[in-house]
Amino acid sequence: MLDALLSRDFPRSRLVTAMLLVLVAAMLSAPLAVGGLPIMNVFVKIAIYAVLVASFDLLLGYTGMISFAHTMYYGIGAYGVAIALRSMGAGWDAIALGFVVAAVLCLVVAAAVGLFSMRTRTIFFAMITLAVANSFAVLVNQFYTVTGGHDGLIFQIPKMLKPAFVILPRSVLGVPVNGTVLTYYAIVVMCGLLFVLMLRLVNSPFGRVLQAIRENEFRAEALGYNVLRHRVVISCIAAVIACMAGAMNAIWLRFVGPEVTFDLQVMLDVLLVVVIGGMGTLYGAVVGAGLFVMAETYLQGAIASAAPWVEGIPVLSVVVHPDRWIFWLGVLFVLSVYYFPEGIVGRLRNSAVNRRKQPASHH
Amino acid sequence: MTDTNLPGTEGRAGLLAGVDWAPLAVVAAAAVLALALIGSPSVWLTLTVAGLAMGMMIFIVASGLTLVFGLMDVLNFGHGAFVTVGAYLAFTILAVTTDLVMADSLAQNLAALLMAVCVAAAGAAALGFLFERIIVRRVYGDHLKQILITMGGMIIVEQVVMMIWGPQEQLVQLPETLRGAVPLGDAIVEKYRLLVVVFGAVLFVLMHLSLTHTRLGLLIRAGVEDPEMIQALGYRIRRLFVGLFVAGSALAGFGGVMWVLYRGTLTADIGGELMILAFIVVIMGGLGSISGCFISAILVAMVANYVAYLVPEVAMTSTIVLLVAVISWRPRGLFPLTRR
Repeated sequence: MLDALLSRDFPRSRLVTAMLLVLVAAMLSAPLAVGGLPIMNVFVKIAIYAVLVASFDLLLGYTGMISFAHTMYYGIGAYGVAIALRSMGAGWDAIALGFVVAAVLCLVVAAAVGLFSMRTRTIFFAMITLAVANSFAVLVNQFYTVTGGHDGLIFQIPKMLKPAFVILPRSVLGVPVNGTVLTYYAIVVMCGLLFVLMLRLVNSPFGRVLQAIRENEFRAEALGYNVLRHRVVISCIAAVIACMAGAMNAIWLRFVGPEVTFDLQVMLDVLLVVVIGGMGTLYGAVVGAGLFVMAETYLQGAIASAAPWVEGIPVLSVVVHPDRWIFWLGVLFVLSVYYFPEGIVGRLRNSAVNRRKQPASHH
Repeated sequence: MTDTNLPGTEGRAGLLAGVDWAPLAVVAAAAVLALALIGSPSVWLTLTVAGLAMGMMIFIVASGLTLVFGLMDVLNFGHGAFVTVGAYLAFTILAVTTDLVMADSLAQNLAALLMAVCVAAAGAAALGFLFERIIVRRVYGDHLKQILITMGGMIIVEQVVMMIWGPQEQLVQLPETLRGAVPLGDAIVEKYRLLVVVFGAVLFVLMHLSLTHTRLGLLIRAGVEDPEMIQALGYRIRRLFVGLFVAGSALAGFGGVMWVLYRGTLTADIGGELMILAFIVVIMGGLGSISGCFISAILVAMVANYVAYLVPEVAMTSTIVLLVAVISWRPRGLFPLTRR
């Protein structure tokens, strides 16, 4: 059964497996933790980021394309649901309609951008997606009557998903079973399903062609595969998955704003996570997202508490400033592209494979 | 604009021989159409001069990018970092030379500006040299890694800029005599914009002449056309490339000075916005083509300005529509140079 679920694509490293198991166990039991809501916030963010980063990895790691518009689709999903919920009232029909419209928009934009930019030269894809994402962010700010501009939108969600909705009158293991817990598990399960779906996709014949394109475009073309069509199709699929992640994020936060969706910084975060986690291994997205969100939540605080210790020391006090954590992320990113481009998961996998090979070589 | 010819086949006879007029006609047509839509000639003139000034700044930043990309196929997503560093260095120099900046004498004002430009260009050039050594050198021939690593380099440079100059927004003032506007017929045109137009035009002519009338320019153009052949003929294309990368970085620093004085405010992401326009211009103009870069920079900025006046909400989107239209018309850019 596990074979079928993971499409025979196992983590292939004990350490990675252990990390994933710990993460999943923590994610499933997060509502039980003391002071449940902050912990749930962290794990929802990890789950949604893992899906977002994994869908980006479909492009970057599996097909070898860099898109800077990926978080734009994430934003479209979030705003689609938000705008529908605001204008139609807090109902399921609004969520469904908002999501469908957003997904169709994502499909159309992704197909148009892909077809246009890769017809001439594949390398233009990166530049054009950057320009498109930028102009979209500007548009969202310009049409502030619909999108709320810089301030974003606050909206209501269906009653069933709200904390005031009580499912069981008595709390289970000290946790009140309410709409928030329901939303939490719905999102976590949905993210799990999307992840399994992506595993299936990259291990399908279609996914193998993508990897062939990544390794050698001309050869893939010579073997009779339509490279352009494969690239456009995968960018559409990745866009729709990102759109779903955005919709889930909006429902959880009950808020959308440019800085959590369209901002270039969100895109850069996704880029850093996929490279540090490990390109071309969907598990890398999960491990990377877990580490990133944990670091963002807890490490920033740790750096802040270290700041008084170095106060007065000229260079160190500036470098260890809590606002400078993007700097360290950037350094880590550059170093990892140089020294371990395969990322955390890739590196652990390789060393595990080497260890397994060594005894065999004695024969 | 003779660089559509093969290197070596063109004579030095007429600068205008073999000019491809069609893209120029498009720019003219856009201007005429805008005049018809806007109605008021004075508004149109103000917008056109502003568009030309903006176009010049995009050109200054994009020219280095297009040569680097054309010659060595290196895609530098960190190019905006040089713009940022140039802008901040200019800010510092102008703050130090307040006496010259505030003086009511054009000569003293220009001296301060010149100092700022020199320091900014030198600083950006030095950074470009380091960037090439540390960041770009190891990833030749691998586009994916180039984009990742130069993006990472840009993040680091932006953060270091924030460490040195602080994260808050800074105000930059124009030198005394360059402030204000001059009447030009019915229209009122800002002095600084005219200055930028002059700077950009002079730079273009200089670059064009050195590309078409010097031996170094010949090598660069030939290298853009066919790098392997240049190497096979015994030229050290790597050294040529490093020189070009440093020169391109210096130009970006110069563009940063112009841009920050135009905007008046300064934050660490100042390079990013200009870089996106520069990318569009590089694609639209044709890789490695200075003339294409120049014409498309002007076209992009003018159209964006007209649209911003007519339908303010969609100004940036108009740039993308323009790109789509131009690439559908000429898939390899306005003045295609390479066969890649």
